[in-house]
Amino acid sequence: MKKFDIIGRRKWWYIVSILILIPGIISMATQGFNLGIDFTGGTLLDLKFSRPVTVVEVRDVLKEYQLDNSMIQLAGNNETSTSAENVLIRTVDLSDETRRVVLTGIGNKLGEYNVLRTERVGAVMGSELTLQAIWAMLISCVLICIYVSYRFEFKFAISAVLALTHDIFVVLGVFSLLQKEVDATFVAALLTIIGYSINDTIVIFDRIRENLKLHYRKGGDLVELANTSIWQTMTRSIYTVFTVLFATVALYLFGGETTKNFSFALLIGFSSGAYSSIFTASPLWVTFRNYADNKRLAEKMKTAK
Amino acid sequence: MRKKNFAKLAMIIVAIIGVFCYYISPLAYSIKQGLDLQGGTHVVLEAVDTPEAPVNEDAVQRVVKIIEKRVNELGLTEPIIQRQGERRIIVELPGVKDPEKAIEILGKTAMLEFQDDSGVTVMTGQDLKDAKAQIDQSNQNLVALEFSDEGGKKFADLTAKNVGKNIAILLDKQILTNPNVKEAITGGKAVITGSRTIEEAQRLAILLRSGSLPVKVDMIETRTVGPTLGQDSKDKSEIAFAIGIGAIIFFMLAFYRLSGFIANVALMAYVLMLLVALKMLDATLTLPGIAGIILSIGMAVDANVLIFERFKEEYRLGKTLRLAMDAGFDKAFATIFDSNLTTLITAGVLFFLGTGTIKGFAITLGIGIVLSMITAITFTQYLLKLLISSNIFKDGRAYGASGVKHNEKV
Repeated sequence: MKKFDIIGRRKWWYIVSILILIPGIISMATQGFNLGIDFTGGTLLDLKFSRPVTVVEVRDVLKEYQLDNSMIQLAGNNETSTSAENVLIRTVDLSDETRRVVLTGIGNKLGEYNVLRTERVGAVMGSELTLQAIWAMLISCVLICIYVSYRFEFKFAISAVLALTHDIFVVLGVFSLLQKEVDATFVAALLTIIGYSINDTIVIFDRIRENLKLHYRKGGDLVELANTSIWQTMTRSIYTVFTVLFATVALYLFGGETTKNFSFALLIGFSSGAYSSIFTASPLWVTFRNYADNKRLAEKMKTAK
Repeated sequence: MRKKNFAKLAMIIVAIIGVFCYYISPLAYSIKQGLDLQGGTHVVLEAVDTPEAPVNEDAVQRVVKIIEKRVNELGLTEPIIQRQGERRIIVELPGVKDPEKAIEILGKTAMLEFQDDSGVTVMTGQDLKDAKAQIDQSNQNLVALEFSDEGGKKFADLTAKNVGKNIAILLDKQILTNPNVKEAITGGKAVITGSRTIEEAQRLAILLRSGSLPVKVDMIETRTVGPTLGQDSKDKSEIAFAIGIGAIIFFMLAFYRLSGFIANVALMAYVLMLLVALKMLDATLTLPGIAGIILSIGMAVDANVLIFERFKEEYRLGKTLRLAMDAGFDKAFATIFDSNLTTLITAGVLFFLGTGTIKGFAITLGIGIVLSMITAITFTQYLLKLLISSNIFKDGRAYGASGVKHNEKV
């Protein structure tokens, strides 16, 4: 049976990736992210009232404290409903005393409630987290690059890092497009995605490396070699992404409100990671390798003349 | 020999499944839980420079001592007070009943001053020996002060000089009370009136007992998780965990049959080992940490999948079960090693750069990767060898490998 030629169609996969990435990048540039208080600094109140309340009601109370431009979000199972018992309020950074005053005010106007969660993050902490996140990702990429260059070769390393950058941008793009909240755990999710994406890519690269050693002679067909390697590891690629996605979907569906965005990021990232290992990393390696080979060949021709 | 091997295998399997079913829940619950699971308050304090009191190492150490005193006065079971960097102090208050009050007590400078009639500060909180909240006969809430020997003398002196005049007692530059002095007080004792409730008097007493902060301290982060949400998160994580691991176990059985069954047993052993490791390291289990565990189970399966796929390939080439299995493990090893090591790099970066819950996540993920690699390479291999050498299942199909080509060749 002739297997589907993946590497031969590599230009198509590059176009697919670019088409997926462009809307996200435009969204990031124009509307940016829905940054949580972990990044911006501010106060978060997660309250559960004894009766359903509406956004308007909550906003009216906040108006008294000049906080009516705060983000108010109803949480709960029924998304179409205009009132809910569980309300998330995100305001600017309130001092602990002001928060107490506002909470008392809310209680007086809207009736009894149970404080599920309150968070207050100073602006300093927020900017530190942004820096930390960027550093964490850069350092990871550099270390991975060094390790893969050492165990394989630089062309593998750069292909793998490009593929995982692709995955990170897919997740960032989706979060920007859907305006999902980005918080500290999102950074952990991105790093986990990097870990998974590189893991998945290395398995295929390892097979390519093995096949290079065993079957490849100078001037042989790289496209076919890469195709064979991908198909030899295809079952594993599919099975593994399935098991990891099982775990993540379970987390997303049953893990509760607080980890929902976290598992959603993982869901997108793992899917993209599985795709990019096959359709981005491996084709990129062939492209780079071909380019280097052709260059070497051209040099040789020159000196031969 | 064969029978002996099989008996050994059966015993190990029964033991692991038994231990897993029986101990998984108590074991998981014996690990320390983070604030997001059990409810509580997390506070980050930062010492800041002021013209009067620049921050130095000594000042920060004193702040830590004072914060420790204040926290201990709250009477919680397992509070944590930790220095972070040069100027920051992290305080964790698990199961605190009234988080707002606790936050208030932690952040107060609590500088006590006694001023004479002309507004000159004569004494400070350092002259105090003890402070207690009391209710007097007329049902008034007050804080009873006891001075040190030197403080007693100063106070006697202050009152003697100000008979007929008012003196003022100030906390953080705000007047608590300014009584009129009727006569010199020499007993080394005084009371502060004006507390509205006995709780308020108690809080004031705590602040006075623990002393005032030597430098300005800002509260730059406070996070409180109520007990309802904590319990809810715990319940939901349990369900997510059960469903996630259940789906994976089913999947492995469906695709790899006997070898899948062995892998599942190894997986149970892995989860037990991971929990024991977390307990021994005294790690704190947080919500992202649980997510890390569930994920690491997904990844632990990967090592097994790699081995089994390799085994199937080798078996198809015509090798015997035993040789194919050996080759499967050998060839998959390099792949497992390289792929896990790169993942470990990111877990390491998260650990060294991250703080708080992110660090907890990095620890579970990192330990998970190392343990899953070890179980797959040693334990699964050992069990499978026992199974194959017991010679009960001879057909490759029992192991999830199609044996068509193989049978033709033999």
